[in-house]
Amino acid sequence: MGDRRPVNALSKALRSDAGRGLTLVSPALIYALLLLAAPLAVIVLFSFWTQNFLTIERVFTLDNYRTALTDPLYATLMQRSISIAGMVTAVTVILAFPVAYYISFYVRPERKSLWLFLITIPFWTSYLIRVFLWRVILAFDGPVNGTLMGFGVIDQPLPWLLYNATAVVITLAHAFAPFAILPIFVALEKIDRALLEASRDLGESPAMTFLRVTLPLAMPGVLAAVLIVFIPTVGDYVTPRLVGGSGGTMIANMIYAQIFDLNDRPMGATLAVLAMTIVALTLIWAISRVRLWLWLGGRISGRARLLVLAAPVAEIALIGWVIGQGPAIFGLIPALLALAGAVLVSSAAILFSVPRGRFAV
Amino acid sequence: MTDAPLIEIEGVEKYYGDYHALRGITAGIGAGEFFSLLGPSGCGKTTLLRAIAGFEDISAGRILIAGRNMDGVPPNRRPTNLVFQSYAIFPHLSVAENVGFGLRRAEMSTADKRRAVGEALEMVGLGQYGGRAAHALSGGQRQRVALARALILKPKVLLLDEPLSALDKKMREQMQVELRRLQRQVGITFVLVTHDQEEALIMSDRIAVMFEGEIAQLDAPEALYRRPASRKVGEFIGMMNFLPAQVGVSGVTQGGIAVEVAGLGPTVLQSAQCPGAARPGAAEVGVRPESLTVLFDEGTPAAHRATGRVDEITYYGDMTYYEITLEGAPKSVQVSARNMPGRRLLDRGETVALAWDPSSLVLFC
Repeated sequence: MGDRRPVNALSKALRSDAGRGLTLVSPALIYALLLLAAPLAVIVLFSFWTQNFLTIERVFTLDNYRTALTDPLYATLMQRSISIAGMVTAVTVILAFPVAYYISFYVRPERKSLWLFLITIPFWTSYLIRVFLWRVILAFDGPVNGTLMGFGVIDQPLPWLLYNATAVVITLAHAFAPFAILPIFVALEKIDRALLEASRDLGESPAMTFLRVTLPLAMPGVLAAVLIVFIPTVGDYVTPRLVGGSGGTMIANMIYAQIFDLNDRPMGATLAVLAMTIVALTLIWAISRVRLWLWLGGRISGRARLLVLAAPVAEIALIGWVIGQGPAIFGLIPALLALAGAVLVSSAAILFSVPRGRFAV
Repeated sequence: MTDAPLIEIEGVEKYYGDYHALRGITAGIGAGEFFSLLGPSGCGKTTLLRAIAGFEDISAGRILIAGRNMDGVPPNRRPTNLVFQSYAIFPHLSVAENVGFGLRRAEMSTADKRRAVGEALEMVGLGQYGGRAAHALSGGQRQRVALARALILKPKVLLLDEPLSALDKKMREQMQVELRRLQRQVGITFVLVTHDQEEALIMSDRIAVMFEGEIAQLDAPEALYRRPASRKVGEFIGMMNFLPAQVGVSGVTQGGIAVEVAGLGPTVLQSAQCPGAARPGAAEVGVRPESLTVLFDEGTPAAHRATGRVDEITYYGDMTYYEITLEGAPKSVQVSARNMPGRRLLDRGETVALAWDPSSLVLFC
């Protein structure tokens, strides 16, 4: 009898609701642990080691971080990655919104799935081929230049179409469009159409109804689209490599170069960890500040509102000062750790204490 | 009514493709009136309400509000406000923000707007709820918010699209009385859409009964109940028994209409008791359950008597409904009796005497 009890306990645990849920997710969970969490841990570990020609020195050191944070090359690449990803996100979301809006509001219900299917058609070709196609389209002797010259708009082919940051933005915005359209579409679909009629009935024009009802209620979808587009594009390296030229090189290209060209895996790992940390901190900072700002904006009126508006600007200036001057005064690592800590703590405080506003942020 | 009605509906037609939803609706709704559109689902009552609100274009005819043709006027420019069936409370706004939604364009100071919102919430009994999130409200509270949000704009006409259908019975009865009180208090014209005949009778000054895109009868509740214009209206409003009848060959004279009613016997009805033209031959007579009186004391004198057998008893507490087959009638009729103190219940199979009054009959030819 005694040896049957653990079996009973186990089968009982597996049959409980929580146990059943765990059983259900376990294949994915094990997969994720093995192929995401474990490699991530290895990368973090590598980032504290150093490369000594062909061997890796397995001694804990912050040397890589010191180099990565002081060499202006890395800072430039990181800054450029974030600004290119920011531009891609802005362009993609702004162009995706009208498409999602059209499908949700103007396409007949029985045709909607057909439209969504058409939108996913770009996924039928590989990502790489699509990037290559943009290279052809934007080329010096490509169709864009050809058409413009054919119509006599320009005499010389435009040299600035390809191999720069703009080309990267165009290519990535095209690649990520479906990812932005779908969450926005879902959010728009969930809006009860009676709410829009209620707004009209209460005296608002179609334009004001959009601003006061549709847009706030679509914000969760927009926010999801922003995250879905921003996070992968920061780390993209195929597109910058193929259409970016030297002006469009991003941090992921440098990570690639460190690991495969320069054979310095620890340095590549360090850059990867730093990139992840910076993106995470930037997003948490941005989301918490937008929430605080919207919350205060709804409660304060008149001149005080300008002060609320100015607060994030002042904070950006302060962060910039710490990044610029902090290392010289407090030392590199303490200054940056303190900055990261301050951002984390203040953001967490805002996110936990300020309720979600009408824009669901 | 000497003044022109506030809302004039003239020959309104509505087609959805081939489907003829409204078939020549003509009606006038007076200022300050509580007007109901009553009918089964699919009769076009909601379509008509939405046409008044401006959410449906009409195919023909016109709608005038306060003498102004509403053709092509969008909902936001009409002097009407609508309480939606789903209430359509904005989920991203607080209760106070919902109520104040329509005040954005009003030329008032922020303090005045806040005061108006407070008063509107007070009026519907939600004074303390202004700061609440809209999604944290119960069904009845959402309805009050929807009412306050519409009434704060002081519309000429308040349109209500089945506002009580989502509430439970107790809450619905309470809101019926409250809506009526509110309407008297603010003096605004209310146009209510409902499929619940009892609700329409309780609340309305006048009711338009609609079937299949047409108004079957437009009358005050009492007239509608006492003198239904057709068998269909009689059946829809309250309960009505129908007995086969024969209009005499001597037929219609100045003195009235001679009718032989199965189960009740021969009688003479006034021409006002027959909607439409009476002609000799087979007809039907409608009689309400409370118009047949059970004579618990056989000796009670009664000018008109009938006899019948009790088939079924349904006890409601305050009332009892008896299913009684009258002598000479092909099927049973419903008879209601108030359960007064000391009055016994009839038994099944018992033979009873009933009194009736010719003036309570309606003849359908």
